[in-house]
Amino acid sequence: MDARVSAKIQSVFEEPACEHNQNKDEKARKKGCTKQLSPGAAAGGCAFDGAKIALQPIADVAHLVHGPIACEGNSWDNRNSSTSGPQLYRTGFTTDIGELDVIYGGEKRLFKSIREIIEKYDPPAVFVYQTCVTALIGDDIEAVCKRAAEKFGKPVVPVNAPGFVGPKNLGNKLGAEALLDYVIGTEEPEVMTPYDINIIGEYNLAGELWQVRPLLDALGIRILSCISGDGRYHEVAQSHRAKAAMMVCSKSMINVARKMEDRYGIPFFEGSFYGIEDMSDTLRQLARLLVQRGAPADLLERTEALIAVEEKRAWDRIAAFRPRLEGKKVLLITGGVKSWSVVAALQEAGLEVVGTSVKKSTKEDKEKIKEIMGEDAHMIDDMTPREMFKMLRDARADIMLSGGRSQFVALKAKMPWLDINQERHYAYAGYEGMVDLVREISKTLFNPVWEQVRMPAPWETPAVEEVC
Amino acid sequence: MAIVHDSKKACAVNPLKMSQPLGACYAFLGLANTMPMMHGSQGCTSFGLVLLVRHFKEAIPMQTTAMNEVSTILGGMDNIEQAVLNIKKRANPALIAIASTGLTETKGDDVDGYLRLIRAKHAETLDGTEIVYVSTPDYVGAFQDGWAAAIKALVAAFVTPAETPVAGRIGVLPGAYLTPADLEEVRELIEAFGLDAVLVPDVSGSLDGHIPEDFTPTTLGGATLDDIRGLGACEHVIAIGEQMRGTTDALEALGVPCTLFDRLTGLAATDALVALLMRLSGKPAPARLKRQRGQLQDAMLDGHFHLGGKRVAIGAEPDLLFALSSLIAEMGGEVVAAVTTTHSPLLARVPTAEVLVGDLEDLETRAVGCDLLITHAHGRQAATRLGIPLFRAGIPQFDRIGTAHQLSVGYRGTRDLIFQLANIFLAHMHAHGPEDWPLPAEAVAVAQGQPVSGCACASSSCSVSDEVVIPIIPA
Repeated sequence: MDARVSAKIQSVFEEPACEHNQNKDEKARKKGCTKQLSPGAAAGGCAFDGAKIALQPIADVAHLVHGPIACEGNSWDNRNSSTSGPQLYRTGFTTDIGELDVIYGGEKRLFKSIREIIEKYDPPAVFVYQTCVTALIGDDIEAVCKRAAEKFGKPVVPVNAPGFVGPKNLGNKLGAEALLDYVIGTEEPEVMTPYDINIIGEYNLAGELWQVRPLLDALGIRILSCISGDGRYHEVAQSHRAKAAMMVCSKSMINVARKMEDRYGIPFFEGSFYGIEDMSDTLRQLARLLVQRGAPADLLERTEALIAVEEKRAWDRIAAFRPRLEGKKVLLITGGVKSWSVVAALQEAGLEVVGTSVKKSTKEDKEKIKEIMGEDAHMIDDMTPREMFKMLRDARADIMLSGGRSQFVALKAKMPWLDINQERHYAYAGYEGMVDLVREISKTLFNPVWEQVRMPAPWETPAVEEVC
Repeated sequence: MAIVHDSKKACAVNPLKMSQPLGACYAFLGLANTMPMMHGSQGCTSFGLVLLVRHFKEAIPMQTTAMNEVSTILGGMDNIEQAVLNIKKRANPALIAIASTGLTETKGDDVDGYLRLIRAKHAETLDGTEIVYVSTPDYVGAFQDGWAAAIKALVAAFVTPAETPVAGRIGVLPGAYLTPADLEEVRELIEAFGLDAVLVPDVSGSLDGHIPEDFTPTTLGGATLDDIRGLGACEHVIAIGEQMRGTTDALEALGVPCTLFDRLTGLAATDALVALLMRLSGKPAPARLKRQRGQLQDAMLDGHFHLGGKRVAIGAEPDLLFALSSLIAEMGGEVVAAVTTTHSPLLARVPTAEVLVGDLEDLETRAVGCDLLITHAHGRQAATRLGIPLFRAGIPQFDRIGTAHQLSVGYRGTRDLIFQLANIFLAHMHAHGPEDWPLPAEAVAVAQGQPVSGCACASSSCSVSDEVVIPIIPA
């Protein structure tokens, strides 16, 4: 493997801010947090996928994939990360290398591709993504990007995360490393305020950032840069001037948060927009950090006042669903979303959570779940589709909330299902998001189709057969 | 008729093309109790799987050998062995169908050799499960090439010549662009003549959106291994799409008579199939087919008002491009821009001036001034920018539901396709305004008693003045 990628992976694995990692011994730490994939029984994306997910939300950048058609052609425009302005990130760029490039090398084609993009689209920057085949044949994308940046006078950023170095999660971090190495801190903002923050690891899926932004706007807190949802190249380049940062709970960009603290002294906390108490906690922490960094102290009181008003408004709206939802059983299978923060909202609406996944949860998360759901909380580490199907069909749950992968397990069991993963089209962040989630659950549970699709066919009804 | 060019750009912008291994795995998804698998890094499978899930809104069984950089360099035999054993243990399919990727082809894995060794080593464990392999590097060809290669590999692996064909058995080799609904229509056409249709592969059995009795980790239906083997005993095989020629050649070499239809969309194309079926069955066309033909004729008469003279830009794989372009041309429309994904002898016969092997950026540039854009869902951004309607055709269509049931073959399919296209034009009919028919300046000048200028008349007696002032007519 490219020595640079190898070194990067090691450095990402040694992440000191990750408590998972700190709890391991020296040897285990070296092995990294990558679970060995099981051929024939693996699911999920590759490192390239992860890097692209992490960076593509930067909306004004041209994202160029250097590789064969599969990497971009089979995957482009497939995420629902929203923009409030530029659309260029939704344009698919790829060198689409052919057999001759594999033999002779693809560097020339890559260089020409960068030129074509700059001439035709004039973006503030071009991001170049390495893939397996071009990595294997030894194309040096760092060198090509350096040369292109000099030649065209424009940032050309190499993102060296070929798919075969590991899973999606590792790719998130390698993509983030490219920002740290080539983008963050390269420009200065025109205006700075004591209320400038970064949000790190938030991708604005289904426009969720905009469920939170009005709260920050109301408090006068400015998002200097969101990395990377609804992002702009120049904002990211200037993000080192923020006073405080929030790292979104999924940990996908923990390295950005931690290294920006090391390099630029930007303190960060780990927060979540999912769940009412989480949202409030996040606002409190942001206010606390900003005041510590010199913002006027009245921010704390204003924040508490806003929380009080917004929490009440949300809880009142959620409680209104109680008569309808009381006693309904929910199976909650999530990956990135912290399950306990959602559990609280579901319980407030009268729903009974009969099981929740803890696959990606930390030890503290599990404690928290026990606290909320009781000692006999049904925590599911890994559920096979067959088990899920059985659980739903035996009606041990009335509805399943999960990611798209298990969608059809539920639907084929003729059971209500709601998408709460990253491909979803509904936004569930902030106070508004939780109210919307409960509303969606109610809408789905009480849809009249369930009764109809479970009706026996005429040839399954004995009475009809007797007549015949 | 058409001149075929390759795009000269270094950078593909807004890809039209998808890769070979995905086309191959899509073909494998049309086989019963099967687990398709890509031999590559896990992203290869993950991307393809997500794309098909979003298109069909169905669970897609598809596995990966999960190659990493070390196993790539050392060769993927261990990964294939583990994968095959894992799949056997967890899903116990009748068939494990493997497609290679760009990664493992660059390394040069000898998968056929690996499989022989694995089969010998685990003969007992793997009993009852067939394994088939097809070479489909990502950096060669496109989706429909992968589909074609997969079916050719299946035929090579499982079909043997039969001494005597089974009476009335008709094999069908569908091209990649046919939907589950199209396959059902073809089956019904064949069965209408009292013949039995065996489709290989048959995505109408697996991806038509039915609800199975129990959870199944493999495909939900499709062609069985016996169906594939039975191709050798068909009285006749009908292939749909030029992409299937490699397979029909192979079958003919085994002594199976084949007829290849370059399309089944359109009156003449369907007539040709019906004529063949009449000949093969020795039966007349049933009354309902006659009614359907009449309906199509009427649809063509009603539709030609709206399709005639329309300028259409199409981006699609060669066989789909040919089918759609031919229908547009037959309805009096004009295919102004045609962009495709891969080479095919069919491209020269597309009724248009030029066919470009390129991307959606090329199509967008050429579609300026067109009335309609036809391509897959990725054309939505281009259509918005061009300000013209988009008719979605091909895979993927992630922003629509019911894609499996789009029908465009046979009398009924063609009839409905004409209605859909005509209705788009009706919905976007341009309402005329008072400024739509301005007179040329010259005509206005003459009408106002000015001397004639810039006369189109070639006669030398016609004098042209150098200075012409055109009066401005008040609005």
